[in-house]
Amino acid sequence: MAQKKKEEKMVATSKVDLTQVKPYGDSLNDGMVETAFTLPVPHGEEANEAARILTKKMGLMEPNVVYSKDMGSGYTFFVVYGKCVHTVDFTNIKVTKVEVDVMSREECGAYWEKNIGRPVVIVGASTGTDAHTVGIDAIMNMKGFHGHFGLERYKGIEAINMGSQVPNEQLIEKAVSVKADAILVSQTVTQKDVHITNLTNLIELLEAEGLRDKMIVIAGGPRISHELAQELGYDAGFGPNSYAEDTASFVLTEMVKRKMV
Amino acid sequence: MKSKLNLDVKQIDEARSSAKRIAESMQEFIDRHTTVSTERTILRLLGVDGTDDVLTPLPNVVVDRLLDNGQLSKGVANFIGSAIHNLKKSPQEISEMVSEGTLDFESLKPVKKEDVEKALKPYITESLKKIKTQTEKREEYLKTIGEGKKPYLYVIVATGNIYEDVVQAKAAVHQGADIVAVIRTTAQSLLDYVPFGATTEGFGGTYATQENFKIMREALDEAGEEVGRYIRLCNYSSGLCMPEIAAMGALERLDVMLNDALYGILFRDINMQRTLVDQFFSRVIIGYSGVIFNSGEDNYLTTADAFEEAHTVLASQFINEQFAVLANIKEEQMGLGHAFEMDPDMENGFLYELAQAIMAREIFPRASLKYMPPTKFMTGNIFRGAIQDAMFNLVSVWSGQSLQLLGMLTEAIHTPHMQDRYLAIENASYIFNNARNLGEEIEFKENGIIQKRAQKVLKDARALLMDIEKEGLFSTIEQGKFGGVKRPRDGGKGLLGVVVKNEDYLNPFIPLMMGGAK
Ligand code: B12
Repeated sequence: MAQKKKEEKMVATSKVDLTQVKPYGDSLNDGMVETAFTLPVPHGEEANEAARILTKKMGLMEPNVVYSKDMGSGYTFFVVYGKCVHTVDFTNIKVTKVEVDVMSREECGAYWEKNIGRPVVIVGASTGTDAHTVGIDAIMNMKGFHGHFGLERYKGIEAINMGSQVPNEQLIEKAVSVKADAILVSQTVTQKDVHITNLTNLIELLEAEGLRDKMIVIAGGPRISHELAQELGYDAGFGPNSYAEDTASFVLTEMVKRKMV
Repeated sequence: MKSKLNLDVKQIDEARSSAKRIAESMQEFIDRHTTVSTERTILRLLGVDGTDDVLTPLPNVVVDRLLDNGQLSKGVANFIGSAIHNLKKSPQEISEMVSEGTLDFESLKPVKKEDVEKALKPYITESLKKIKTQTEKREEYLKTIGEGKKPYLYVIVATGNIYEDVVQAKAAVHQGADIVAVIRTTAQSLLDYVPFGATTEGFGGTYATQENFKIMREALDEAGEEVGRYIRLCNYSSGLCMPEIAAMGALERLDVMLNDALYGILFRDINMQRTLVDQFFSRVIIGYSGVIFNSGEDNYLTTADAFEEAHTVLASQFINEQFAVLANIKEEQMGLGHAFEMDPDMENGFLYELAQAIMAREIFPRASLKYMPPTKFMTGNIFRGAIQDAMFNLVSVWSGQSLQLLGMLTEAIHTPHMQDRYLAIENASYIFNNARNLGEEIEFKENGIIQKRAQKVLKDARALLMDIEKEGLFSTIEQGKFGGVKRPRDGGKGLLGVVVKNEDYLNPFIPLMMGGAK
């Protein structure tokens, strides 16, 4: 009897139906979700009720306002728990990822020697009004980031980092004058979607000058995904935790693919 | 007071004297130059405001005219003074005439120096009186409704819309904030003019305009009266319009202003000659109007390693202190910046941060030290972020910091939401109250990790200052010694706005403000 119970338990925790996945609190399919938000209403019973109703509309049933706090000036902060009714079919997920087998720095060097052999010029900048340089520096500068050396250290690659606050026009001008094979753009500030406007503008300018197909154009930054970059007309997009080897692998293989060698 | 860190007083003195000589040698350069923004500031202080019909601010119209004609080296005050004397019109009317094309300064009869000064006098007096009224009002508030305990809780608002900022700011005051800073929109530091009027469109921040200052000042006075605590307002006297914004801040009773030439050079690529000259007049105004300035050393640690480069922060604080001394700023108004930015995965990182925070306090005992929270190593893990901020808060109350820029658990994601600010204030208030007198109770082991860390940072800072003294500040920046960022002397934005003064040059405000005129 005891033996049987144990078996049942083991079965219960391992029987995840991947076509119907739900949040997990402490038992399978309990759907537990914790949320925190503010409503522009004064603190009190009515506010708590409003938070409960809203949470239900989010698909979180049996909402439980575990904390609410008057934030002054008629605003209230809530922490609300609820049980999610929705499920996700995990067997049917598709994510657009940069399609490239990432090579190490040494492998990139060997690949370059075997397939390209001429200097590959890459120009990069943090563009528009964006003054953040740490991201583009992490990819391009000798020192790199988190123990991953930057493009300047790569065999065959000539990396030109223009720094920050670089207008799109200036970036293009530079790319043309050094006959760049690839352009790297970094965008960090995303408030009110400034990065979208700015990234779109670069592609428009490149297209207007008939340059778009002559170069590989890549965007990166903490809020950039490959999918977003592609939507905006870029060849690839790299987000957090990407390093020089990702970019180098992509640029080098893409050049070979496009016969830019 | 005996040093808990066993710091060598001789080394501190040497570092300070070295910084003094660095600042003095830079001051010689500064004294020989003026800038377009310095001259526009003089116009603003003489009461010139408003724009022409294409929305160019009148101070720009007038100063650009003189620059184009190669006359700026005499200083705008000379031209305005002689126009007042000749035409019996106010600086505002004169500027409007220049803008409409009905006045050409060259057509004016030459005027004796005494007459120029006499003509300017009433406008200068009025302007200084306005500023004095504001300083008195601040003192009055501090006497009647009082203020929060130090470390002051300093939060930012950054919605881009001044009216939305007001909502956020008032809520923050009710939650316990002592200082509200309105962050500026991304591109403003590179604008060579100050936008006019109330604004509702900004990215990552809100435009600094005189009207926006006024709107927020009123809101904070109102909120301060409601909670019975004076609320300080902070903005940025930085970028290409550094001194103009200082003047606007003085007139609208800002209490704290970010003001640091090195920040503009390294992080906005503003030309070093331009901004060091601009900084001087802005600091004179800041000193005169009782504003606390904040320097931006903390930012070096976002591009350079916080452990390896800690001494560059201290060296820069010494230099900023001496620049402030030259502008006649009281120690209490020196908001020297530093930060809690070491990698949280570093073993004993907390001990090093504590050592450095106490070191800053011991070296600058009366300064209003501005302590910045972890930013670089904040991640999307907001729960861990709240703990990083708690560690920072503990160091602050322990070491007796003055202005505590509160860390936000969502730092890596977006500019603060209302609840982030509330959680940050709650975090700090809890820790400050719970550990209020910790610093007085604890001493450190002789030659232990903490003492040795502080001693090393001081030693390295002193060595760096000696190097800078030999090299000069300009070349030091060119070599990338601060924040690992290299900037050429003639590069960056704004160099065209720097002009060598001629022997008739006049800026009547500097001697009066430095002398503490009533
Ligand atoms: C350091 C920093 C600064 C420094 C920047 C110094 C410098 N020279 O870069 C200073 C202090 C100057 C600064 C200023 C400002 N900042 Co700031 N800053 C940060 C901070 C703390 C860290 C950013 C960073 O360096 N990350 C480390 C790098 C390595 O990460 P990364 O950029 O994501 O890069 C990686 C990937 O994304 C990718 N990547 C990035 N770019 C590229 C490009 C390519 C081609 C590829 C392939 C990959 C790639 O690879 C990198 C390595 O893995 C963040 C908060 C945070 N913790 O994230 C705020 C933050 C980014 N800043 C912010 C803001 C608003 C500003 C200001 C606008 C504030 C203001 N109003 O003045 C100003 C900027 C003004 C301007 N004109 O842009 C906001 C942005 C909010 C938003 N989402 O819009 C943040 C999130 C802080 C906040 N919560 O408010 N900041």
